[in-house]
Amino acid sequence: MTPAVEIRDLTITFGQGRARVKAVDSASFRAAPGEAFGIIGESGSGKSTILRAITGLNDDYTGDVLIDGQQAQKPRTKAFFKTVQMVFQDPYGSLHPRRMIRATLAEPLEIHRFDRKDDRIAQVLNDVGLAPEFAYRYPHQLSGGQRQRVAVARALLLEPRILLLDEPTSALDVSVQAGVLNLLDRLRRDRGLTYVMVSHDLRVIAHMCSRVAVMTQGRIVEELSADALRDQRAETEYTQQLIRASRGTAHA
Amino acid sequence: MTDTLLEIENLRVAYPSAHGYTDALRGISFSVGRERLGIVGESGSGKSTAGRAAMRLLPPKARVSADRLQLQEIDLLAASERQMREIRGGRLAMVLQDPRYALNPMKTVMAQITESCRLHTKCSRAEARDQALDMLEAVHIRDPRRVARLYPHELSGGMGQRVMIAMMLIAKPQLVIADEPTSALDVTVRGQILDILNERVEAEGAGLILISHDLPLVADFCDRVLVMYGGQIMEELAARDLSAARHPYTVALNESLPPLDRKVAELTVPEHDPKWLEQRR
Ligand SMILES: Nc1ncnc2c1ncn2[C@@H]1O[C@H](COP(=O)(O)OP(=O)(O)OP(=O)(O)O)[C@@H](O)[C@H]1O
Ligand SMILES: Nc1ncnc2c1ncn2[C@@H]1O[C@H](COP(=O)(O)OP(=O)(O)OP(=O)(O)O)[C@@H](O)[C@H]1O
Ligand SMILES: [Mg+2]
Ligand SMILES: [Mg+2]
Repeated sequence: MTPAVEIRDLTITFGQGRARVKAVDSASFRAAPGEAFGIIGESGSGKSTILRAITGLNDDYTGDVLIDGQQAQKPRTKAFFKTVQMVFQDPYGSLHPRRMIRATLAEPLEIHRFDRKDDRIAQVLNDVGLAPEFAYRYPHQLSGGQRQRVAVARALLLEPRILLLDEPTSALDVSVQAGVLNLLDRLRRDRGLTYVMVSHDLRVIAHMCSRVAVMTQGRIVEELSADALRDQRAETEYTQQLIRASRGTAHA
Repeated sequence: MTDTLLEIENLRVAYPSAHGYTDALRGISFSVGRERLGIVGESGSGKSTAGRAAMRLLPPKARVSADRLQLQEIDLLAASERQMREIRGGRLAMVLQDPRYALNPMKTVMAQITESCRLHTKCSRAEARDQALDMLEAVHIRDPRRVARLYPHELSGGMGQRVMIAMMLIAKPQLVIADEPTSALDVTVRGQILDILNERVEAEGAGLILISHDLPLVADFCDRVLVMYGGQIMEELAARDLSAARHPYTVALNESLPPLDRKVAELTVPEHDPKWLEQRR
């Protein structure tokens, strides 16, 4: 089957001379339609950089980004964003600081000519556990977790087939997180959505994803199934260390 | 126990909203000494608001009242803005929740850390630079010299958190309020950062308030925990007893955690009962 999302030998560098760094070094993976594919790994290892390249926010890369088997155009087209949406690691990244939440949510609906804008906004806010009046706040008037839920809501509004999720629940307490993860999982099963999801939380990744790539220093060092992750069957020393630390033995 | 660093009594905060004011904190009281105090609680329950109130960093339009807001000998309610500028960062520091946005976008990492150092400790420009590089190394930044020259938007999420921590710790504050300081860190680096925070408490006798959504981490790392819900402190426990918590919200929290050892079809989402707000322990 043609993968919904594929990257091939993706390489991204930043900086010049001595400050030059290969943030992503020949990374490759495929996510099948309807699959949730996870990325875990070291802080600064290039996880967000991969997602930002796929979504075209940074298209200064070498290698391939393929959506449904087609090379993604540089720069990305309007149609691309109807198919692919991203939840950024910093909620502020998807919210305009001087705009009311309602305006931020209405804008993509206008661009893509959706009907029933107010109904859709109220519905999606409700889906992420926020009352309708949150539409009339500015980003700085929300708590960290409320901002993050607005960012998730924004990505869901256009009903994309592919979602890139960068730490989408890192600012949520586990009770609210459970609601958002259940929502994402239900959407994937009912509508066949494809996810590429980055998280440092192995519990979240094991629950949501079927396969996982592990990154350190710009490289994907291992790919394993969620079952292998749960059963602690990792090949590389780095992954084993991550799993051990997640099981709460890291800190005495 | 230990001598008290910060004492808060009956703190109330309300924010202006479309229809009058909305309560964010409904009279909370707690104190913290030379220890690790954890604060957990629902998203929107007022955790960051409590931290910002102690720092006197709430927006001017917020309505704040308290019977007592005391940092050792200083009455924070009465302190002038000029006094607060010395206290903030120097004696009481807060690691903010969205670090890449809390940092100054126009200044490099090096400029921000050395500024914090020079503002609160008597050190030369050169000393500040050396200390800043040491600090970046201490928070496990790979290649500190490269990263020192970056601007906040060029950092990864977890690097931003560590830069913010470096900037706070370099001034050696007596009390650190860390608001979700490790939410963007992988578990191995997270352990190393907690060790550094721990060292401040154990070796230097500082106090630490750790606001976090990570229950296993709080249970493991902190001495005491406050559980917040709806702008109130619902219960206070010894951290190791967190998994045996009694308030229905805390019980629900433990049940909502995705298991790591088995696959479940759906996560448990608690049904919120309005009665929870009356069940303070
Ligand atoms: N615009 C930029 N200019 C320079 N370096 C950059 C830029 N963007 C990212 N980097 C560097 O690329 C590397 C990878 O960053 P990235 O944000 O992808 O990490 P990450 O795996 O998402 O980490 P985290 O888990 O901490 O969010 C880092 O060393 C970072 O400093
Ligand atoms: N400037 C503001 N104006 C209006 N309401 C605000 C403002 N800042 C915060 N609030 C509201 O006050 C309540 C408490 O917010 P706070 O940021 O303290 O929550 P929190 O416990 O830190 O949540 P999280 O875990 O999601 O970060 C929230 O309902 C939030 O929407
Ligand atoms: Mg990242
Ligand atoms: Mg907060």
